[in-house]
Amino acid sequence: MADITLRVNGSEKKVSVSPETPLLWVLRDTLELTGTKFGCGAGLCGACTVHVDGNPVRSCSTPVSQVAGKSVTTIEGLGANGLHVLQQAWIAEEVPQCGYCQTGQIMSAAALLAKTPNPTDDQITQAMNGNLCRCGTYERIRKAIHRAAASGGAR
Amino acid sequence: MSPLSRREFVGAGIAAGAGLVIGFYLPHGSGSRKESFSPNAYLRITPDNRVTIVVARSEMGQGVRTALPMILAEELEADWKQIEIEQAGASTLFGDQTTGGSASIRTTWDPMRKAGAIAREMLISAAALTWGVPRSACAAENGRIKHAASNRSLSYGELVGKAATLPIPSDVPLKQSKDYKIVGQRLARVDSPAKVKGEAVFGIDFRIPGMKYAVLSRCPVIGGKVSSFDDKESKKIAGVSYVGKIGDSAVAVVADSVWGAMEGRRVLNVTWDEGPNKDFSSAGAMVAPKLSLSESKAASLYSVGDPRKASGREISAQYTLPFMAHAPMEPGNCTAHYQGTKCELWVPTQVPQDCRDSVATAIGLDPDQVKVNVTLMGGGFGRRLEHDYAVEAALVSRAINGPVKVIWTREDDMRFSTYRPASFHNLVAKLDGSGLPVALMHGIHAPSISGQKGQPTPGNVDPDLPDEAGPVYGIPNYEIGYVMTNTPVPLGWMRSVYALQAAFALESFIDELAVAAGKDPMKYRLQLLAKDQDLPYFTTTWHTARMRGVLQLAAEKSGWDKPLPTGRYRGVACFGCFASYMAEVVEITMENDQPRVHRVVAAVDCGQVVNPGILEQQIQGGIVYGLANALRAKITIEKGRVVQGNFDDYAPLRMEETPSVEVYAVPSQEAPTGIGEPSVPPIAPALCNAIYAATKKRIRALPILN
Repeated sequence: MADITLRVNGSEKKVSVSPETPLLWVLRDTLELTGTKFGCGAGLCGACTVHVDGNPVRSCSTPVSQVAGKSVTTIEGLGANGLHVLQQAWIAEEVPQCGYCQTGQIMSAAALLAKTPNPTDDQITQAMNGNLCRCGTYERIRKAIHRAAASGGAR
Repeated sequence: MSPLSRREFVGAGIAAGAGLVIGFYLPHGSGSRKESFSPNAYLRITPDNRVTIVVARSEMGQGVRTALPMILAEELEADWKQIEIEQAGASTLFGDQTTGGSASIRTTWDPMRKAGAIAREMLISAAALTWGVPRSACAAENGRIKHAASNRSLSYGELVGKAATLPIPSDVPLKQSKDYKIVGQRLARVDSPAKVKGEAVFGIDFRIPGMKYAVLSRCPVIGGKVSSFDDKESKKIAGVSYVGKIGDSAVAVVADSVWGAMEGRRVLNVTWDEGPNKDFSSAGAMVAPKLSLSESKAASLYSVGDPRKASGREISAQYTLPFMAHAPMEPGNCTAHYQGTKCELWVPTQVPQDCRDSVATAIGLDPDQVKVNVTLMGGGFGRRLEHDYAVEAALVSRAINGPVKVIWTREDDMRFSTYRPASFHNLVAKLDGSGLPVALMHGIHAPSISGQKGQPTPGNVDPDLPDEAGPVYGIPNYEIGYVMTNTPVPLGWMRSVYALQAAFALESFIDELAVAAGKDPMKYRLQLLAKDQDLPYFTTTWHTARMRGVLQLAAEKSGWDKPLPTGRYRGVACFGCFASYMAEVVEITMENDQPRVHRVVAAVDCGQVVNPGILEQQIQGGIVYGLANALRAKITIEKGRVVQGNFDDYAPLRMEETPSVEVYAVPSQEAPTGIGEPSVPPIAPALCNAIYAATKKRIRALPILN
């Protein structure tokens, strides 16, 4: 066990866990932020995507020790003032079916828009290809990202 | 209203629970004052004007929490913005609560409409009595009863006290579809905001104070058992509090975090008794069976004329499909709290009542001592028609005498699932001089899912086949037969169940016949469907006119008659299942000998559409799911063990492979039919037919990228 301090959604959090614990389980079990999902445990599906210092990472495959002192943003912290433009676009395009993967999808999309405010189709595919959706919502995800980009991109 | 007539009302759609529904007209609250108005189990209106509609089906992404209340709200003349949704747990009030078989809309269409209409009529009566005016002078509109002559109106909330004292009418008028204000509208799903914010609570997210987490080590060989285990290393892992055998074939590791439980399992040392399947390989399941359709073991599913006596140019082909896994995004899980004389579950399940009953049996309680709460589901696709993880959670909770959440990893989900049955199909046709079939025989060789589970298979017919393997064309001599095979591989109902296999074989074969006849595959099918015919198949009657309708719509919208750019090719397939009709046209290019799907045009006839937005979602999603099945989905078993483990070796479709999917519905006022599954079966044959158009290579075994 080790005491590790990280910034999660703007607040400093001190956790006492074994250092190799994946960030995913620290977020879900210790900090009770369950918007970040477990899908594969192997970085294959993207359901666990969060931002570490602004970059998208797979929290299921990231030991918490690697993010000590870093700034983590989860879906709960994405829209600091109400819904993020992507969350609004997701609702407008009726993207979610079961919805389980969508928080990870939105986090990947948010990381894309932060760097590429007006992505091309190819850039969207490249950024989003690591996020699986078994309900098959990819076409709507693409539309929602374009919609968000058109409305002003990431805030 | 007499108890009898109330039973009749409820019996209309949910017969199984009818006897228990008597007396369920119970105002909420225990005081003598009527505090709310609940004319049936689906609806509650309180004096503060809150209208709560109870959804007795499980939400796994298919939109039932939106669509089912829309049906009731339509007849209630409710203000949609006012509606609140409540998820029913396992109950005796709703009949069979299984969510599956693309049945939620079609089986609750009548009861939900009647539930809304009864309440509406009672509210009208209450208003008429309040004002001392005739009922006929009052009308329900947008959550209020209005008396136009005096320009008075009362909200439903203001009327519940009086309405609750009135008898429940037995015969209520239902609205005409032309007057619908809610049904048929593209209303936003009620669950989207919570899902995009990460606030939606799926089974895996649910927590109760003091809850532990458990993962199980299960025998990797099908049918094997625990011989012994050594938990010394497991107990050294921080937070591990319990290791113990659960049932015959698993050992649970319990810890205060999921990660602790996973680590405890990683170092657990189990010796397995591998049992009778330790040398089993699924390769044998793909070998053509020796039995032919003419042999006596074949059960007849459909028989018209006599294909054996018909004469014509004979063409035959065989098709095979592998085992497949559902792989929903949310792995299996269940939270259980056993407390001696009761047990409560929070479970993402399509079968709350089966969970209740099987848990009760497993832990020695009565079913009414088991409370099942249904959570949101991260996909289902049939995997959550099983109740294995609920039983595990209850057993672990009993073993540790406290609340626990059992979580499956992705590898657990892949390797300890129940699988779509592998199948073999023998197709024989005889063509007349113009190349049209005068005879067709389709022999389906597959194990029975229900049969393996010990459920009845009357006449040696798997009970799912009547919804999923019917005739498409009115061929004068036509037989569909079923040979029940056996397998030790655990079987489950996977999205579209046997329809996927039946459609792949039939619609690939029809394409082969079109080629043999030298005809365009779309025109060939339309020619086969040219005559209006009714094709009775078990309890459904398939109409060639409706199939022709969706095929024509798909032809028109896809521009079938227009030339494609160089390098693009098309394929078409049509099929009916769960009482709905689908046609799909696929456009592909070939890149490095592999198909790339660019566009799919889907046409559906599913009767009255309740919510066109949800319909489009279901069809788009079913096609993406079906494409993954067609291209790559294959579960193999070697030495009794499932080989695949995660999304690398069992790879779903990703964004880069996903085509644009256009959805068109035939306008219809027929009663609604299934929509969760019917888009899945035609996609594999449509794609394989497009590949044939591109390459002249016929694919007779799935997956395509084998």
